[in-house]
Amino acid sequence: MMTKTVSSGFSRRMLLATAAVLVLAPAGAQAQDELNALVWCDHTDPALVEPFEKANNVKVNLKEYEGTGAAISIIEQSRPGDWDVLVIDAVDVPRAIDMDILSEMPADKLPLGDLFPEVRMEETTTKDGKVYAVTEKFGYNTISFDKTKVDPADMDDLSVIWSDKYKGRIALYDYYLPMVGLTGVGIGKKTADLKQEDLPAIKEKLFEMKKVARQVSDVVASQTALATGEVDIVVGGGEWLTAGLSGEKPNLDWTIPKQGALRWAQSIGVFKDSEKQDLALKFVQYIVSPEGQARLATSSCYWAMPANAKAGEHLTDPQKAALRWDKQPEYLKNSQLYPVADADMDAAMQDVWTEMLQQ
Amino acid sequence: MTATAYERAERRKAWAFALPALLWTGFFFLVPFAYMAAISFWTRQGREIVATWTLDNYVAFFEKAHLFKGLVVSLEITAAVTVISILLAYPLAWIIAERVPKKWQRFALIMAILPFWTSYVVRSYSWLLVLSKGGVVNQALLWLGVIAEPLELSANRIGTIIGFVHFFVMLLTLTIYANLIQLSPNYRRAAADLGANAFQTFWFVVLPLTLPGIMVGAFLTFVLCIGDYITPQILGGNNELVLPQVIMLQLGRRADFPMAAALSLVLMVVVTLAYIACARWLKMERT
Repeated sequence: MMTKTVSSGFSRRMLLATAAVLVLAPAGAQAQDELNALVWCDHTDPALVEPFEKANNVKVNLKEYEGTGAAISIIEQSRPGDWDVLVIDAVDVPRAIDMDILSEMPADKLPLGDLFPEVRMEETTTKDGKVYAVTEKFGYNTISFDKTKVDPADMDDLSVIWSDKYKGRIALYDYYLPMVGLTGVGIGKKTADLKQEDLPAIKEKLFEMKKVARQVSDVVASQTALATGEVDIVVGGGEWLTAGLSGEKPNLDWTIPKQGALRWAQSIGVFKDSEKQDLALKFVQYIVSPEGQARLATSSCYWAMPANAKAGEHLTDPQKAALRWDKQPEYLKNSQLYPVADADMDAAMQDVWTEMLQQ
Repeated sequence: MTATAYERAERRKAWAFALPALLWTGFFFLVPFAYMAAISFWTRQGREIVATWTLDNYVAFFEKAHLFKGLVVSLEITAAVTVISILLAYPLAWIIAERVPKKWQRFALIMAILPFWTSYVVRSYSWLLVLSKGGVVNQALLWLGVIAEPLELSANRIGTIIGFVHFFVMLLTLTIYANLIQLSPNYRRAAADLGANAFQTFWFVVLPLTLPGIMVGAFLTFVLCIGDYITPQILGGNNELVLPQVIMLQLGRRADFPMAAALSLVLMVVVTLAYIACARWLKMERT
């Protein structure tokens, strides 16, 4: 009986304690705000996000996606307000603006003047003078290679990618937009002027490239193939493929050939329907700050150049060397943006790419 | 003759038991399927998806050789995988059922299905390491002096087929084994009594009686193989695209859901035709 009484008393105390915890727990959980971001894989590096989380007592929930199409389908299946921050291919920012999903950001609260002038990209990130996104990272679709297995001098000429010299030792990056553009650059066509009439000539070269290539592969497979020696060259690759491996694989290198290369960029913006506009903007400000930029540039998923030129102060010399920091003026000058294609041109390019794959 | 109250009550009870399954199938298969079928007749104009009823996506599939080839490649690979898997699985199932002592059969089966326990993606990447130029197979053959240059075993159709066969041999082994152990030894004794030799007994007696097991496994292999995206993506090197890869390509950047839905329906029609062809052997009841 005594035991029962003690037990009952203990149980009552436990019940009260549990109830107190349950009542207080939500209050404690609410104290930490949450931010939902739809991002590329480089934003999922804890080294990038944790400083922001700690400084602002916020939990950043990151959803990684590949391809703007995938992002759009996620957004369309979500309720308004589900997402706060969007990272998107810079070339697709106008698409997002047209969908009316991005919020205007105050230009005076963003370090736009610190960005490399070539990657400010006002023509895509702004509309009617209003800023909807800011470039956060950029790099090149060019040639990555194993300098111990190929002659680096050969890599200075894009025509090597459709010659027989390295037949069976080449991987093509499986993304039609930069690859069609890069092939166009190889035959002297500017990406800004690409039209459907140019596609037959580009298709011819793509077919030639396919004949000498071993594989057409995505980021992971291309990087693996180059790192394991399956292939010696990745066409469409760049610093994002090899710079992150510079410490353990110093034999891997990249360059921009004399004809030039393509320049990619990714942008970040705030969702119009976000209920946490201020916090979301704060996250964007952190990402484009010099410190955030240095962390983003060397994120574990892939390395690439920070858009903010002041990020250099936070990068080490070996990191800068891997990113070719000093060569950026030359590289920026000799690179072109992705083709800005309307829907029909986009479909035509995809058809050309699929035809090449099915050869 | 009208149903008695008892029969009506029993019928209601049967419907009540079936209702959860029917609702599940309705909500999670029929409704999404009908929606996908409807979308396949819509079209993408510019950046917009327009809900107009048109056969444009289906016409494009038959007109554009690179889209249609996806189906051809899928069928070729699936046919090869199914045939090779049957040829390998049958002897394996037969050895387990007939030659392995009863007490070891369970262990042998567990060994046979062990590959199912690993992730599909991990297994495909493992095969990439085995089949690549610097992989185990090529290194062994080079070391033995059998070859002078590494064989191209990955980033092509050979790699895709090997990856598939490894998986589906296990599946077929199970279905054929299940069929073999149910066969009474009296069939073989009777055939021997009538003067049949071992080959004739197998060909005219055992093989026809195990056809249901083969066909069930073959149908499952066909369905799972033709709809697979991962194995060709990892082991095929994108040197040719199967239909699921072509479908994914429509979604990746352009989000062309109508075209992807149309191609998916084509895939479903092919699977349905395969079912019709195998239906005779896929009946649940025994004849």
